[in-house]
Amino acid sequence: MDLALFWFILIAVLWTGYLVLEGFDFGVAMLMEKVGKGDRGRRVALNTIGPVWDGNEVWLLTAGGAMFAAFPEWYATLFSGFYLPLFLILLALIVRAVAIEYRGKINDDTWRRRWDWMIMGSAWIPSILWGVAFANIVRGVPIDETGTYTGGFFNLLSPYALLGGATTLTLFLSHGAIFLALKTDGEVRERAEALSRTLAPVALVVAAVFAIWTQIAYSVPWTWAAVAVAAVGLVIATGAGRIGRYGVAFIANAVAIAFAVVLIFGSLYPDVMPSSTDPAYSLTIENASSTDYTLTVMTWVAVVLTPVVLLYQGWTYWVFRRRLSADHIPDHSSLTFLPKKSKAEQ
Amino acid sequence: MEVLELARWQFGITTVYHFILVPLTIGLSTLVAILQTAWVRTGKEKYLRLTKFYGKLLLINFALGVATGIVQEFQFGMNWSEYSRFVGDVFGAPLAMEALAAFFLESTFLGLWIFGWDRLPKKVHLATVWAFAIGSMLSAYFIIAANSWMQHPVGAEYNPETGRAEMTDIGAVLTNNTTLVAFPHVIATAFLVAGTFVAGIAVYWMVRHSRADKDHADLPMYRTAARYGAVVMLLSGIAVIVTGDVQAKLMFEQQPIKMAAAEALCHTEEPAPFSILTIGNLAGDDCESVTHLIEIPGLTSYLATGDWSAPVTGLDDLQEIYAERYGATDANGDEITYQPNLLVTYWSFRLMIGLAAFSAAVCIAIFWFTRKGRVIDQEWMKKLAIVSLPMPFLAASFGWIFTEMGRQPFVVAPNPTGSDQVMLMTLFGVSEATSVFEVALSLSVFTVVYAVLGVFWFRLMQRYAVEGAPDVSYEEPNDDADRPMSFAY
Ligand code: HDD
Ligand code: HEM
Ligand code: HEM
Repeated sequence: MDLALFWFILIAVLWTGYLVLEGFDFGVAMLMEKVGKGDRGRRVALNTIGPVWDGNEVWLLTAGGAMFAAFPEWYATLFSGFYLPLFLILLALIVRAVAIEYRGKINDDTWRRRWDWMIMGSAWIPSILWGVAFANIVRGVPIDETGTYTGGFFNLLSPYALLGGATTLTLFLSHGAIFLALKTDGEVRERAEALSRTLAPVALVVAAVFAIWTQIAYSVPWTWAAVAVAAVGLVIATGAGRIGRYGVAFIANAVAIAFAVVLIFGSLYPDVMPSSTDPAYSLTIENASSTDYTLTVMTWVAVVLTPVVLLYQGWTYWVFRRRLSADHIPDHSSLTFLPKKSKAEQ
Repeated sequence: MEVLELARWQFGITTVYHFILVPLTIGLSTLVAILQTAWVRTGKEKYLRLTKFYGKLLLINFALGVATGIVQEFQFGMNWSEYSRFVGDVFGAPLAMEALAAFFLESTFLGLWIFGWDRLPKKVHLATVWAFAIGSMLSAYFIIAANSWMQHPVGAEYNPETGRAEMTDIGAVLTNNTTLVAFPHVIATAFLVAGTFVAGIAVYWMVRHSRADKDHADLPMYRTAARYGAVVMLLSGIAVIVTGDVQAKLMFEQQPIKMAAAEALCHTEEPAPFSILTIGNLAGDDCESVTHLIEIPGLTSYLATGDWSAPVTGLDDLQEIYAERYGATDANGDEITYQPNLLVTYWSFRLMIGLAAFSAAVCIAIFWFTRKGRVIDQEWMKKLAIVSLPMPFLAASFGWIFTEMGRQPFVVAPNPTGSDQVMLMTLFGVSEATSVFEVALSLSVFTVVYAVLGVFWFRLMQRYAVEGAPDVSYEEPNDDADRPMSFAY
C-alpha cells in the first residue's frame, strides 16, 4: 500500500483512539456535578477516570506528533489556521490537567469546589471545539496557493461547523454517562443510568443530522456505509442502555465514534484539507506528506510500538476494572494551608 | 510588536516555564524509584515514608509539567508553521517517536503507580515507577535529538523542488554527536536539580527536628535522605562539568559564533581569556564598548579547544566569515547580523555555570556535618539549603536560554560540515496565517494562566514540603472488593 495513504489511515486511527477515550473522560467531567450530588459523589465520578485520563490524552499528542511527522503541511496549515479554537482547547487542557491533580491536595471545601468548576468547565470547551474543527476540515476552508489559511476566526463558525460541535458534545456526554453507568455503583450509578437514557437518544438524533448533512454535502457514496454503521451503533447504544446492558452500550458507542471518524476521513480523501478558495490549492495526501523515507521509518516505529502501547493501556483498564462506589472513596487528606501566623513561627 | 517578536517571546516563556518543571520530574522520578526499591528490598519503613513524601512532591510537579508540555507540542504548528513546513520531514519524526515511545509509557505507568498501591503486588508496583522514570528519560532523549538537530542538522538534505529539508538518515539524526553530549548534560542537570531538592528539604527537616529534640525519631530518616541527595549531587555535579566541557568543544566546532558570544569576544585572541565580569553596554550592537574585568587567562581557549593557548575567533571576523558563506543579506534583502544578543549569551552562560556553586556548597556541607552519624543542627544550614533549592533550576533555565539565544538569528543553525542549504533563519520560520492579535492574545493569556498555576504549584510544593514525611501503613493488596482506595482525587 502507498505509505502516505497508510499514514492517512493511521492518523484516523489515532484520532479515533483519542475521541473514544478522551470522549468519556470529558463526558465524565461534564456530568460530575449532575451524577455526583455532593463531594463524595463527585469524587466517585472523577476517580473512574483517575488512573487513565492522562494516558488517554497522549493519544492526542501522538495524533499531533504523527501529523507533524507524516504530513507537515497539514500540521502547519491546520494549527496556524485554526489558531483561536486550538488556543482555547490548549488552555482548557492545561487547566484540566492541573485541576484534576490538585483538587484533592488541600482539605478545604472552597479549594475543591473551585477546582471542580475548572474540571467541568474545561471539559466543555474541547468537547465542542473538536467537532467544530473537524467539521471545518471536511467543509473546506480558504487556503491560498502557499498552503496558508486565509479565513480568519468567524469563518470557522458556520452552522454546519456548529452542528459538528454539537455532535461531539452530545456524543461525549452520552459516552461519559454510559461509562459512569458501567464503572460506578450505588447512587451515582443510578443517576448515571438515568442520564444515559436521556442522553443517548439526543446524541443519536444530533449525530444523525450531522452525518447525513456531511454525507450529502461533502462526501462520496461509499461512506454511506460508515454512516449506517455509526447509526446502528448509536441505536444499539440507546437500546442496550434501556435494558441495562451498559457494556454493550459502551462498545456500540465507541464503534459509532470510530465510524464517524471513518466518515470524516473518507469524505476528505484524497485531500487532507480541502481549499474552498480553489480546489487546486487543497492539501492532499500526496502534496502534504513527508518523503517516502521518513514515512518508512515512521511506519516501522508505529508498527512496533502501537501494539505495545495498546497492550499496557489495556492492562491498566483491567487493573482498575472494579466499580467504584461512595464506600471506596477514602477520606480527604487532612492537609490544609497553614494560617499566616503559624508560618511565621516555623 | 510584530508576529515574529511575539511568537519568540511566547516560545521562550512557555518553554522556559516547561523546563523549570521538567528536570525535577526526570531526576526525582528515578530518585523516588530508587527509594521505593530500597524499601522493597529492605522492608525498612523509612524508605517507604521517603518514597511517599517525595512521591507526592513529584506528582504535584508532574501535573504542571504535563500541562505545559501540551502547549509545546502544538506551538510549532500554531506560531511556527513555516518552520514546521521546512523541518517537518526530519524534526517531526523524533517528536512523534517521543509521544509513542515515551509519553504513553510515562502517563500510563504513572496512573498505575499512583492508584496501584493497593491493587498491584509489591514488585509489579515497583516496576511501574521504574517504567515511569524510564519514560521520562526517553522523552528527554527524543526531544533533545529534535533540538540538537536544530543546533547541528545532520542526516538531511535540502530539496530545492519542495523547498524543505528532507531526512536521509534517521540513524544519523538519532545519533547526532550534539545529541550524544547534550542528552547526558541535560540528564546530569536533572539529577543535580533533584538531588539538591531531596537533600535541601531533608536538611531543612533535620535542622528543625534536631533543634526541637536532639533524639527526634525522624532524624535518622532525614539524615539518610540528605546524604542520599548529597551523593546524587556529587555524582551529577561531576557529570555536569565533564559533559559541559565536551559540549563546549563541540559547540566551538559547530557554532563558533556562539562560543565567541559566550565570552563577548569582539576580536580574535590568542589565547582567549574567560572574564567573570564586564562593564559597558553589552546590549548595544557595538561590541567595542565592552570592557572585560577579572579575566582568567586562556580559559575560553581551553573551553573551546582543550588547549590553553589556542586562538578563538572573534565576533568581527566571524561576521565576515558567515556573511561570505551564508550570505550578507537575507531573502528580504536586509543585511544579516550573525551575532546573537550578547547581553543574554554572556550572562546566561555565566549564570548557568555559576549558580551550581550553591549545590556544591550544600553538597560539601552535608558530607562534612553528617560525618560519623552526626546530624545537622546549624540554623544557617537550613537557610543555605532553602536558598540553594531553586538555584540548579535557574542554572538549567539559563543553560537553555544560552543554547537557544546563542543560536540566533538561526532557528536551524547551519552545519559547517554539512549542506549549507539545510538552515533556516528564525525570521522565516514564523507563521504567515496568524495575526498580531492572535499571537498577542495567546501570549498574554498563557503567561497569566501559567503565572497563576505557578503560584498554586509553589504553594502546594511548599505546603507538602513543610508537612514532612507522612506516617505510613502498608497492606498487601488483596481481593477484598469493599476495601477503600488507598489514593483518590
Ligand atoms: C529534557 C527534557 C525535555 C525537554 C527539552 C522538553 N520536554 Fe516536554 N516533557 C519532558 C521532558 C522534556 C518530560 C520529563 O517527559 C515531561 C516533563 C514534565 C513531565 O511531567 O513530563 C514532559 C512533558 C511534556 C508533554 C506532556 C506529556 C504527557 O502528557 O505525559 C508534552 C506534550 C511535551 N512535554 C512536549 C514537549 C515539547 C514539544 C518540547 C520542545 C519544545 C518539550 N516538551 C521540551
Ligand atoms: C527540544 C526542545 C526544543 C525545541 C525544539 C526548541 C525550539 C525552539 C524554537 C522553534 C524557538 C523559536 C525560534 C526562536 O526564537 O529562536 C526557540 C527559542 C527559544 N527556546 Fe527553544 N527549543 C527547545 C527547548 C528549549 C528549552 C527546554 C528551553 C528552556 C528551558 C528553550 C528556551 C528557548 C528560548 C529562551 C528561546 C529564545 C526565544 C527567542 O530567542 O526568541 N528551548 N526554541
Ligand atoms: C562547568 C560547568 C558547565 C559547562 C562548561 C557547561 C557547558 C554548556 C554548554 C557549552 C552548553 C551549550 C551547548 C550548545 O549550545 O551547543 C550548555 C547548555 C546547557 N547547560 Fe551547561 N554547562 C555547565 C554547567 C551547567 C549547569 C550547572 C547546569 C544546570 C544545572 C547546566 C545546564 C545546561 C542546560 C539545561 C543546557 C541546555 C541544553 C543543552 O544544550 O545541553 N549546565 N552547557
